[in-house]
Amino acid sequence: MNTLYFLTLNGLTMAALLFIMASGLTLAFGLMRVVNLAHGAFYLLGGYVGVQVINDTGSLTLGLLAGGCIALVGGLLMERFLLQRVRGLDLSEALMTIAVGLIIADALLVVYGGQPVSLPLSRELRAPVDLGVMMYPYFRVLIMVFALLLGILLWLVMTYTRLGAAIRAGVDDRETAMSQGINVPLLFGGVFAVASFLAGIAGVIGTSYMSLTQGLDVRVLMLSLVVIIIGGMGSLKGAAVGALITGMVSSFATGYLPQFALFFLFLPMTLILVFRPQGLFGRAA
Amino acid sequence: MTEMIIDVENLKAHYGLGQALQNLNFGVGKECVAIMGRNGVGKTTLARALMGLAPPQASGSVKLLGQQVLGLPPHRIAHLGVGYVPQGRRLFPSLSVDEHLQLNARKGPTGQQWSASRVFELFPSLGQRRRAYGDQISGGERSMLAIGRALVTNPGCLILDEPTEGLAPAVVEDVALSLKELSREGVAVLLIEQNVKAAVMAADRAYFMSEGKIVHETVDGESMSDEATLGRYLGVSV
Repeated sequence: MNTLYFLTLNGLTMAALLFIMASGLTLAFGLMRVVNLAHGAFYLLGGYVGVQVINDTGSLTLGLLAGGCIALVGGLLMERFLLQRVRGLDLSEALMTIAVGLIIADALLVVYGGQPVSLPLSRELRAPVDLGVMMYPYFRVLIMVFALLLGILLWLVMTYTRLGAAIRAGVDDRETAMSQGINVPLLFGGVFAVASFLAGIAGVIGTSYMSLTQGLDVRVLMLSLVVIIIGGMGSLKGAAVGALITGMVSSFATGYLPQFALFFLFLPMTLILVFRPQGLFGRAA
Repeated sequence: MTEMIIDVENLKAHYGLGQALQNLNFGVGKECVAIMGRNGVGKTTLARALMGLAPPQASGSVKLLGQQVLGLPPHRIAHLGVGYVPQGRRLFPSLSVDEHLQLNARKGPTGQQWSASRVFELFPSLGQRRRAYGDQISGGERSMLAIGRALVTNPGCLILDEPTEGLAPAVVEDVALSLKELSREGVAVLLIEQNVKAAVMAADRAYFMSEGKIVHETVDGESMSDEATLGRYLGVSV
């Protein structure tokens, strides 16, 4: 019984991390139909820089901010100076983000080396807390709470603000949104920056769950793509449901049938692509 | 000659190799002008070219409210005070009726006072669907909302691409008369329309298009519903 609880809680932790990664990515995609394949590299960048700052200063808060901000700067630079030059050319945009992702990952290998890095957490944060059904690390509980609060905040912004309405309009129909006066390219830049910031933050807190290593960027990117394809590109609700499904499948498959873990992760994505290409909550193009 | 709010000179536009618009020249002052023609003569291409939407290879000169707009992105053109009702309505399925109007509400260049509540006065049935989403309302209500969201921008110039398509005759009359009234308030209204009755009711004069060109312009006192003209350029009789 304990295994069941443990796998469920691990699945929820993974879902929380994936939601933090995928929420911004899916909105940015919805607005400009650009899949940022460097998103995993921003996770890695935020992680390494954040952990270094925590090691240097001893402050988790500073580390989180540093990890988020370095990824935000990377995202802004990439959007402004590279992506804008190839706007509208789908293949060039995708290749550009792959190239940037590879360059960042290689640069991180040069700077930080290939040894796995874990998150230096204080004893209080590492200590398990009693969740009623079992003991579980406090920091992982905090990750779940953070993802939940982030989800609520994003939902409130998207539902009740003029900014959120403009983003929804842009995701629905970019051309018409522009003809009605909405500056969609500027909105996209903003959403892209927030998405990069969140990827950096996820890189720092995710290191408590998965050590930073070379190749993690691709793994995290793949899982984020699974999330947004299942949920529907451009849908926040889809990102939440997709993250829950992917997190749970990942945890239980790894726990019970590790040799089939990838099969169980990519099977739902493949089925969705074949039978409901717009995803569970996306709108047909 | 009155001051032109929409001033188009030598406008050409291409889709790939095919020429969709050939050397268009026309102007619209503080009046309602109809652009008429059969399907496929380039009316929608013209509206899209004015809004900066397409095709990319447009050349010539388009001045809206005194500004050269060719080459500007659509959102900049909209913020000059240009309202646009696209063909097919193009409402946002994720936005409610209220949100469509709130998102577009702004002060325009002419000091008009179109608010959501005034739109609901013009279209009472729309007022009863304020919380419904863009894809949950009827065809007629969609047309009303598409017109309403252009009105609340309080435009100095309004481009409408077949706005009365799918509306009941009584509502067509309401829309046509409001467009006429709007032009009396100083707005330049360019009405692309296949519905001859709506065009006749709303517009002061008309241009007829054929194969990407303006082939006829009604002269002072010439009736738009002249049977010979309509038969020649639209293939219809009224």
